[in-house]
Amino acid sequence: MAWDIIVLGSGPAGLAAAVAARGRNKSVLVIGNRWQDSPLAKAERVDNYPGLPGRTGLEMLEEFHRHALELGAEFVVGRGLSLLAWNGFSITVGAQVYQGQSLILAPGVVRSAKYPGEAEYLGRGVSYCATCDGMLYRNKPVTVVGLTPDAPQEANYLNSLGCQVTYVSPHRPQGLHEEIPYIQAGRLAVKGEQTVTGLEADGALLPCSGVFILRRAVAPTDLLPALETDGGVIKVDRRMATNVPGVFAAGDCTGGHLQVSKAVGEGHVAALSACEYLDK
Amino acid sequence: MIHFNKETFDKSLEEGKLMMVDFWADWCGPCQMLGPVIESLAEKYEGKAVVGKVNTDKEGELAMRYTVMNIPTVIFFKDGKEIDRKVGVMPPDAFIQVLEQNL
Repeated sequence: MAWDIIVLGSGPAGLAAAVAARGRNKSVLVIGNRWQDSPLAKAERVDNYPGLPGRTGLEMLEEFHRHALELGAEFVVGRGLSLLAWNGFSITVGAQVYQGQSLILAPGVVRSAKYPGEAEYLGRGVSYCATCDGMLYRNKPVTVVGLTPDAPQEANYLNSLGCQVTYVSPHRPQGLHEEIPYIQAGRLAVKGEQTVTGLEADGALLPCSGVFILRRAVAPTDLLPALETDGGVIKVDRRMATNVPGVFAAGDCTGGHLQVSKAVGEGHVAALSACEYLDK
Repeated sequence: MIHFNKETFDKSLEEGKLMMVDFWADWCGPCQMLGPVIESLAEKYEGKAVVGKVNTDKEGELAMRYTVMNIPTVIFFKDGKEIDRKVGVMPPDAFIQVLEQNL
């Protein structure tokens, strides 16, 4: 499946990009969390969006989303887990691969901070993908670090494969299988020798062979290591172009004011620039 | 492109040539994404290096032997020994670099 433009992120910047790109008749796929889960949904009142004061964040998101949908943008709910920039762009969400000719990054504020030991043991017991790697941990003890609403489902899936799952999260999970022990903890560190031997959770060591860390979104710089940043935000020019040809960025991920109108404006510019790139 | 099983893998390993082996599985989206990259390298390095794939689902023993804990994992061998590995999806250049250094 291939689209002209893939948008990563379903907040105001991503949805505005989708609207603008559909206006230029480009095919658009938006990959992101449910629009209801955007941080904007928590805003009780937005008063500085020109002409439309007094809306709740949720109302704005709903209208942005409907607008993009009515114009023919397509949507996939999920996390873009890995990205390949080769002959265009390929992105995986779970077991599915989506292809695009250009890319707009609009994931919002994504913290790329990692737990101690996480980067060191990536590929040696640390995994971000239960569907990919679960089978390699059958009959072994694994810890799931659940930082997303759907993490309990992934833990249940690992449990169904025969992994001995322990679930660790700062917040009590919804829908976790009753067989799976839950440990409340927030201060985490991956421990190991050659490979992972355990997860330290608030000072207590949980022995395990694998640690599945499930976050809301993968940081753009982890998806695309060639991406240039400046002070922790994606570096863009006035066209919202990044240093990687065909890749644009918009919204909170580019830094500056965390405001809806700023995100919408940048999303719009990013989409038009992506269209120009495609038409070249 | 060679699809290894344990016997063909061990035979190739014994020959000691430069090998690049992609450990993958059907259910893994990132593996499907990497597939065409590996195929293009198999073509490019035909006659110079042995480029192949191991299905971890069918050849669990090989995956265990090399402690493959994430897929895709690409492992490089020379003279029968592991010399490098790359975990996750990467563009061809990342693999070409290792191949060129060891040809």
